[in-house]
Amino acid sequence: MSDTDKKHEMNRRQFLGNMLKTACGVGLVGMGLGIYSNRASSLPAHYIRPPGALPEEDFLGACIRCGLCVRDCPYDILFLGEVGDDVATGTPYFVARSGPCEMCEDIPCILACPTNALDHGLTDIEESRMGLAVVVDQETCIAFHGLRCEVCFNVCPIRGRAITLDMRHNVRSGKHALFIPVVHSDACTGCGLCERACILEEAAIKVFPTDLAKGELGKHYRLGWKEKEKAGGALVTPDVEHEYNLPEGVRYDLQGEGLIIEEKPEETPFSSNPLNSLNSGFLDNK
Amino acid sequence: MVDLTTLGDDSIAAKGWIKAHKWLILRRLSQLGILALFLAGPVLGVWIVKGNLASSLTLDILPLTDPHVLLQAVLSGVVPETTAIIGVVLVLLFYFVVGGRVYCSWVCPVNMITDLASWLRRMLGIRTTSQISRNSRYWMLALTLILPLVVSGGIIWELINPVSMMFRGIVFGMGATWVVVLAVFLFDLLVAKEGWCGRLCPVGAFYNLVGSRSLLRVNASNRAECNDCMECFVVCPEPHVIRLALKGESKGISPVILSSDCTNCGRCIDICAKDVFSYGGRTVSGTKRSNPEVIKKQEVHI
Repeated sequence: MSDTDKKHEMNRRQFLGNMLKTACGVGLVGMGLGIYSNRASSLPAHYIRPPGALPEEDFLGACIRCGLCVRDCPYDILFLGEVGDDVATGTPYFVARSGPCEMCEDIPCILACPTNALDHGLTDIEESRMGLAVVVDQETCIAFHGLRCEVCFNVCPIRGRAITLDMRHNVRSGKHALFIPVVHSDACTGCGLCERACILEEAAIKVFPTDLAKGELGKHYRLGWKEKEKAGGALVTPDVEHEYNLPEGVRYDLQGEGLIIEEKPEETPFSSNPLNSLNSGFLDNK
Repeated sequence: MVDLTTLGDDSIAAKGWIKAHKWLILRRLSQLGILALFLAGPVLGVWIVKGNLASSLTLDILPLTDPHVLLQAVLSGVVPETTAIIGVVLVLLFYFVVGGRVYCSWVCPVNMITDLASWLRRMLGIRTTSQISRNSRYWMLALTLILPLVVSGGIIWELINPVSMMFRGIVFGMGATWVVVLAVFLFDLLVAKEGWCGRLCPVGAFYNLVGSRSLLRVNASNRAECNDCMECFVVCPEPHVIRLALKGESKGISPVILSSDCTNCGRCIDICAKDVFSYGGRTVSGTKRSNPEVIKKQEVHI
């Protein structure tokens, strides 16, 4: 091997070695970032995304953290996550209790978004699903104590559909009604106006990200009465009427009165009361 | 060996303090001015520019979008709005003309931190040598583009990107961002010379590629005047770009600094008492055309 070859060999080795070192270093950084991103991408329950935000995972890929939505919000409710916050750094959120979404009809935050992280397909603010309000504490909500409040019901921008008041009997007083606020997920946008308005020290109605707030019925469930309604009639073969082995003139009503004797038995010289005949002997002997 | 205690004295003596710091002052004005434009809205209520460096809207009409961050968003599967695409095209055109790394030296707020670290290194005589190759930034760039593809959780680089964090921190609220900024400062001060901007930052690497054929370049067209004081090598954040242009006359190498690593910061112009350097185009009239083979060699070396 000549000297120059040796030199080249050394250079090649050095080059490969350096490259390997760099690749390893950067690879480690990448792994660290990957793991960190998993932790950092979990959204705390009280941080609500602006209207039209894509599902969290897609949102984190689409949002370039520019803050234009924050700037164009006329009510200044949006913030960008700061380093150290529990929300991905630089992504927008609002906190319903301190500053809920006022549901502007023209949705300026969506119009400001340059990347569709806030979906430009959403044009009707009532269709937005920022989260879902939940009456989380029935022990402190004063409606459950029989007191009239209904503030959440009254501030709701979709009043009467997103929150309704359901009347129930007040067992404690025995003669009054409870006006219970009930949230309906098919209309609630998660704007959080109810949470801010709640008169308690700590709100009893709170907005949560929808996946936290919503249950899901098993896919195999069929609710009979709903299926019947949908089909316009019973979907199962009607029950065969049960035949009871009863004397003539007597029938049995399962869900009503029970044993029904339609015809009175024939008149006999004997009383139907056995005591009458038993006692009659005594009377004769006297 | 350059005497660091008298660094720049000859230039000040020859040109006066202002001229000897002309481009440095203009650069600071540019960096702070851009921040001021973004801050005028939230602080004074004068809305000139909204947003931040990732995407902004000037006077409600001019959209500008950072191509590196939008590329990451696209890779994670998003279809951007037209304004974002227009913004990216405008930004790319601008840096294609003036040099990609003009972003680093004239816009990026981290530059003020790393320049301070470099200055302190010189003042305190810190001479740690770095094991990190200047090519690491391209690996980092690749990493930022691969992560959105393979890891769920989107634009992962933005979770720790000191560049966007610092700018966003100043405009929207610092939080604990100062920890990240301090980390970059200490890294540059104690661990590696020009460690962040020159070796690791993928944002710089991206703009480096954008400006690899840029029209505005620094040249050493007056290189015959060079008195070998070596001060330009000391203050330059990417000193390897100078040598060929400054010393290549005998080999017929163009005096234009063609390496896209050059940030067009103009420190070499300021520090030179002999006015060797100046801004110019990619080709300098009046100088001998360098033969293509040598240029190729030069690029390989870079």
